[in-house]
Amino acid sequence: MSADPEVVRLLAGVGGLLVVASLAGWVLARRARSESARRTIANLNARTRAWWVMVAVFAFSMWVGRIGSVVLFGLLSFLALREFVTLAPTRRGDHRALFWTFFVATPLQYVLVAREWYGLYSVMIPVYAFLLLPTRSAIAGDTERFLERAAKIQWGLMLCVYCLSHVPALLSLRIAGYEGENGKLLFFLVTVGQMSDVLQYVFGKLFGRHKIAPSVSPNKTWEGFAGGIAAATALGAGLWWMTPFSPLEAAGLSLAITLAGFAGGLVMSAIKRDRGVKDFGTLIEGHGGILDRIDSLCFAAPVFFHLVRYFHT
Amino acid sequence: MIADVVAALSRTIAGANVRWVDAPRAAGSKVYFANHSSHLDTLVLWAALPRELRERTRPVAARDYWGATGLRRWLAQSVFRAVLIERKEIRRETNPLEPMLAVLERGESLIVFPEGTRGDGERIGPFKGGLYHLARHRPDADLVPVHIDNLNRILPKGEFLPLPLLSCISFGPVPRLVPDEPRDAFLRRAEDAVRGLRQA
Repeated sequence: MSADPEVVRLLAGVGGLLVVASLAGWVLARRARSESARRTIANLNARTRAWWVMVAVFAFSMWVGRIGSVVLFGLLSFLALREFVTLAPTRRGDHRALFWTFFVATPLQYVLVAREWYGLYSVMIPVYAFLLLPTRSAIAGDTERFLERAAKIQWGLMLCVYCLSHVPALLSLRIAGYEGENGKLLFFLVTVGQMSDVLQYVFGKLFGRHKIAPSVSPNKTWEGFAGGIAAATALGAGLWWMTPFSPLEAAGLSLAITLAGFAGGLVMSAIKRDRGVKDFGTLIEGHGGILDRIDSLCFAAPVFFHLVRYFHT
Repeated sequence: MIADVVAALSRTIAGANVRWVDAPRAAGSKVYFANHSSHLDTLVLWAALPRELRERTRPVAARDYWGATGLRRWLAQSVFRAVLIERKEIRRETNPLEPMLAVLERGESLIVFPEGTRGDGERIGPFKGGLYHLARHRPDADLVPVHIDNLNRILPKGEFLPLPLLSCISFGPVPRLVPDEPRDAFLRRAEDAVRGLRQA
């Protein structure tokens, strides 16, 4: 996979884009005068920095191959779950159930993905963890807010582990005529999803008038949504040559990725608002913020996986 | 060297974010006093201190826990040089204040948990009188309030396997002992100083 000239070209393209973004951010930061402008630009530069890290991580996972990617996303899941559980209060009676969540369910899910055991990794968390974890909490005997606590644990596990594990699972889809090139599907998913986030932000800043859900996320506007999704879908369609899809299919899949990603951002905003924090990264400074970056990916990954699996294998 | 490794390791495991609401004076003895809800508190508070302060700081720890196994004894004696005190049978010969005052006398600092035992992590206090006596006998030592957040979920009372969650250690401004302040008024004020560091 490492020698694939298309991959090299793609990484060079993204790298070039980031150099431009970093330079622009640097120039803007020096010219910013007002406090609000400074804050907007600081936010923009933080996003660019996060992007550099993601591209580096991504290039690394392409280079180390399938097992490397599984390990990498397994670690991401672990760190994301850590942020999620930290901010979703549980009680002492959940301690053992959480221990199983972190140290058994999470690694097991990725071992199953590594073994390409689709029949089990697609049901292990939604069925078996779903039944066993609340049982463990019930044995501990604390009934206060029981349903709420059980729901929090299951939700964190589904989002941070189950959903995210569908990203490396893409590498084991057998698509006729595309053997050994699945790394580019990962690239397609992540690029379209992340560009959609960025483009929605940009279109929202430029043309945003009508808010979609002001009580959840004041930054999300219909103009940003429409512009960002249309532009990211067009971008995804333009990347059809690196995928096993026709241009039309690439556009359809991009639309699915962007819509699922939008839903992810919205739902996570609602959770953050409920917990009274702006970002998962800011409550606990210096740590995390991982969940803030991958919320849309968590929602988009299983949708993209199943669409590709249904239509192409 | 070993101390640095242990400190770095405990900060990583506890995902500790360290906040200095008020930066401490570099010189002088200090008594860091904190809420207590986990066996990890001692280790993580000690690890959260910058190296220069950490090297001169000795946690006050219960002999019945930290002297119980070989590993704990090694950590307590060789790594963070704890002042081990008796909790069970306090007689004149085992008065826990004596060794603490001796540490402050030498210009070193202490870590104490004035609740005396681990709580459930939700309520803080009431503080026991030892803190007041330290303040009265050593008015030159800074009493630094510390709030430890979330360690009670990482390793609660009665559990032995830690969860990999994130925690936050906040160091606050020093409340001074007012001349002639009654013991209980001072202790309530000290409790409030720790409580005030709890983030919304």
